Amino acid sequence: MKRDDIIEYSLHNHHSEEEGVKKRKEIWKVTIILSVITIIEVTMGIMLGKVGFLNDQAAWDMIKLAYIGLTVVKAGYIIMTFMHLGEERKPLRWLILAPYMFFALYLLFFLLVEANADVKI
Amino acid sequence: MAGEATQQLTTKELWAGKRSPFSISYGKMMMWFFLISDALTFTGFLASLAFMRVYFADVWPITENIFYHFPFFHHTELPLLYVAFMTFILIISSVTMVLAVEAGHRMDKKGVTKWLFLTVIGGAVFLGSQAWEWSTFIQGSEYGAYDMGDGTMGRILNEEGTEILMRDGSVVTGAEAADIKSTQRVVKGANLIENEYGLPLYADFFFFITGFHGTHVLSGVIINLLILLRVRKGEFEETGHYEMVEKVGLYWHFIDLVWVFVFTFFYLV
Repeated sequence: MKRDDIIEYSLHNHHSEEEGVKKRKEIWKVTIILSVITIIEVTMGIMLGKVGFLNDQAAWDMIKLAYIGLTVVKAGYIIMTFMHLGEERKPLRWLILAPYMFFALYLLFFLLVEANADVKI
Repeated sequence: MAGEATQQLTTKELWAGKRSPFSISYGKMMMWFFLISDALTFTGFLASLAFMRVYFADVWPITENIFYHFPFFHHTELPLLYVAFMTFILIISSVTMVLAVEAGHRMDKKGVTKWLFLTVIGGAVFLGSQAWEWSTFIQGSEYGAYDMGDGTMGRILNEEGTEILMRDGSVVTGAEAADIKSTQRVVKGANLIENEYGLPLYADFFFFITGFHGTHVLSGVIINLLILLRVRKGEFEETGHYEMVEKVGLYWHFIDLVWVFVFTFFYLV
């Protein structure tokens, strides 16, 4: 017997031709953003390596922070637009992101503190 | 994607039971749960890399001096360009995947087939590139490198071994180079025990992180291919929706997402 009280969520995901045009526009926009960020990262890597301030630690730290920032922006676009998490319900978004962020930041925090410790093996 | 999730429902209605409070099907939910656990595994890898990278900051190899090869350009050094190309391929295959999902929402079988096929091609190109990258890394540079004894290596630039590129970018020649040549041993190529680019640890991380990611890409390509066959057979026309494409799409985007982080933390930082 087929139950009629089950909601088929997948069927609700269909959209019309016009909506499709809008969605595709959004996808191409994100594609361009991701490509531009990648190009910026690689150009930074190639150009800055040749400038010769390899010994200027503060400058390198800034560049590395910039890399990490750009990566987080890229990851945000992939998760929110390509994986459609931005369109899901808010509790689901937190259910997925919060536990992961907690464990990832926890691990990174302690490992980086330990790596910078004065006592070397 | 939109649909049920955009409907205005009160918290009471959502959580009263007989429905998913997240407006999501069981299969998609489980895919997300799997992705979280998989993401934590990759985080473990990258966090341990970060630990070693900071701990051995003084002697850690410089990526620009390792990944400078490019197919068909044997005598020019093009640092990081090939990895950038691989990153680009993976991003584009992620785009074709999201276009396949979009086509699925319009029940456009031809569109899904086309975009999913291109995604499989993109994944295959990435795998091929990965294989080439590995073989280049394992073979090493033309003449190998001297083990400097302090964890760093000096790459040999000419056949006689009298020109040596040090980690800090300086080139050593003459008597100093001859001295290094007579006292230090030569390492060529990299494996889990030896690494001509620097710490053996670096090669271990390279093989484990890119290898684990490559295994994901391989299984992703196989899964995409299987779903492509099912699309071709018209199975999802019968079911009435292409949610299966959406689920494998989530996995495929996740692979792209991981690579974005590997690219930054392994190659750039």
